[in-house]
Amino acid sequence: MAEGRRTRVVLADVQPRVHDHDRTRAELAEQTQVGEALVRGLVRAQLALALRLSLVVAIGLGGLPLLFAVAPEVSTAKVAGVDLPWLLLGVAAFPFLVVVGWAYVRLAERNEQDFVAVVRRPER
Amino acid sequence: MDNPYVVPAIVVVTLVTVAIGFYGLKLARTTSDFLVASRSVSPTWNAAAIGGEYLSAASFLGIAGLILKYGVDVLWYPVGFAAGYLALLLFVAAPLRRSGAFTLPDFCELRLGSRRLRRLATAFVVFIGWLYLVPQLQGAGLTLTTVTGQPYALGALLVGAVVTINVALGGMRAITFVQAFQYWLKLTALLVPAIFLLLQWQADGRPAVAAPGGPVFHSATSVVIEHDATLTYPDGATVVVRPGERLDFAAGEPVPDVSTVDDTRGPDWLLPGDSEKGMFATYSLILATFLGTMGLPHVLVRFYTNPDGNAARRTTLVVLALVGLFYLLPTLYGVLGRVYTPQLLMTGRTDAVVVLLPGAALGGGLTGQLLAALVAAGAFAAFLSSSSGLLTSVAGVISTDVIGRGSVRDFRLATVVAGVAPIVLSLTIETLDVSQVVGLAFAVAASSFCPLLVLGIWWRGLTARGAAAGVLAGGGGAGGAVLLTVLGPPLSGWPAALVSQPAAWTVPLAFAVMVAVSLASRSRVPADVGAVMLRLHAPESVVAGPARR
Repeated sequence: MAEGRRTRVVLADVQPRVHDHDRTRAELAEQTQVGEALVRGLVRAQLALALRLSLVVAIGLGGLPLLFAVAPEVSTAKVAGVDLPWLLLGVAAFPFLVVVGWAYVRLAERNEQDFVAVVRRPER
Repeated sequence: MDNPYVVPAIVVVTLVTVAIGFYGLKLARTTSDFLVASRSVSPTWNAAAIGGEYLSAASFLGIAGLILKYGVDVLWYPVGFAAGYLALLLFVAAPLRRSGAFTLPDFCELRLGSRRLRRLATAFVVFIGWLYLVPQLQGAGLTLTTVTGQPYALGALLVGAVVTINVALGGMRAITFVQAFQYWLKLTALLVPAIFLLLQWQADGRPAVAAPGGPVFHSATSVVIEHDATLTYPDGATVVVRPGERLDFAAGEPVPDVSTVDDTRGPDWLLPGDSEKGMFATYSLILATFLGTMGLPHVLVRFYTNPDGNAARRTTLVVLALVGLFYLLPTLYGVLGRVYTPQLLMTGRTDAVVVLLPGAALGGGLTGQLLAALVAAGAFAAFLSSSSGLLTSVAGVISTDVIGRGSVRDFRLATVVAGVAPIVLSLTIETLDVSQVVGLAFAVAASSFCPLLVLGIWWRGLTARGAAAGVLAGGGGAGGAVLLTVLGPPLSGWPAALVSQPAAWTVPLAFAVMVAVSLASRSRVPADVGAVMLRLHAPESVVAGPARR
């Protein structure tokens, strides 16, 4: 692991000021350290989010074969004349996946907005 | 099979595909245009294009055929094919786009800085690409034989040649427009006949899809036997039949079980299996399809055409919705095929159910013929679009990593090389099962590129050595299982389950080896891992300077 490795996190549109060299440099150095920690935090937050939602799918869909095996009455149940396993796998699975995906896109973008807000704050 | 509309429909689809390809040719000028359409494709076009490229012969023909044969257990194929996009969205989409890499080998070099790993990745891209291309061409051959009676080789050659020429001349920019068009064509080609089929089923008094005594012939049918086999009737009587023998069945007669065709009868078709081997196969399939999508080269290459990471995410979500919408339909064909085309259970050519069903259910009238032509056109769209995308990505890595520096001339040469091999293969192996081979391609992708991408994107500790060892262990294991399935002797019992659905052991193996070897070679973690992580995960607006190309 490259602990303590420094990374520049700078705003694309920020021009370094020419006067007061020492202060600018100090600021950048500080930002770099903060940046590294922030990136680690962002990666961790995004990974935790992805894993949480995978768990939802793993239980919601991945649990079905097990459920059908341990509770045969679920496999023989009928909803509106259609066998429940066919309805769950043939129809309901797809909107379920889309809803999980939609939630992920929203939450992941929010994580990124938080990151951007924190990165920009010290420069103001 | 006399349907005057089928051949014109196939010709029109092929010509439109070529025409759109040439329209795109005017826009494709540089190598960058060829490979990733200059990253200027809008998310809506892009999502439809990804969907169009993804829905292959396996989706269009194979799933319905498997459902006709095996019933509820194979519904995991469409669910997994769609869920693969969720896994891609959660773990790969945005970081991969932000990495700025063009291809999978590019990603390897960019993240881990190893030329040798890059070459290994190239070999796997080509292997997976070819494994996926062969069943597309076979589907084309099968469809042409089924609907027109033309020889099998003609369909495979036709699709192979059109795709190779189109990709060589137009590159991917052209393909983006073609693919988006193909998605909507494929959806229409299944949706419209499905509505008519449901109305017909309703009008016929809703014949049972799973009659208690097993499937019965809906109308008088004659079946020509192709192999020596034993027929078993529901009352227990058996008859030995010879190839070429013609059997006539009256409407309402039960469909005998043919010893050479593996299928599921009785309540097992309707109910989920609960045997241990069945469970293993189901979970293996789930793992392969959920995790394999992100490792398919022709899917990944599309992500570089998004303008930024957020667009990549949104595009993936739209793809998930589009693909999910499409997958509602093949199930219907498989189920209704049980009613209207049960003779396929005797010939074993269940992959033909989508193409045959409109004619069988709606009769030989104008409506039936037109809908059959529409389905055939959609099937050809499926072959053309999937093979185009696959060929583009295989040719892309061959041109940059094997032949030369990735110039336009190299790309054209690579396309011809990449196209000829699967065409020859598809002509020599005719009897491979379309969906099963595609499933094996997913298993290889899930055991090689999925761990590489997931660990590469989320774990700083990954080393080139660990990545290579994991890809060789998992991908090699799955690849060996594929070769054993395709070329080896027939197996039974647990060895058969482990070899025909290898993902449940090869995916964990790949992850474990990758992590263990990386930890053992900890000193070789790339020095720039912090900078790469920043580039992969930080929104574009905060990253500037050398980290962004």
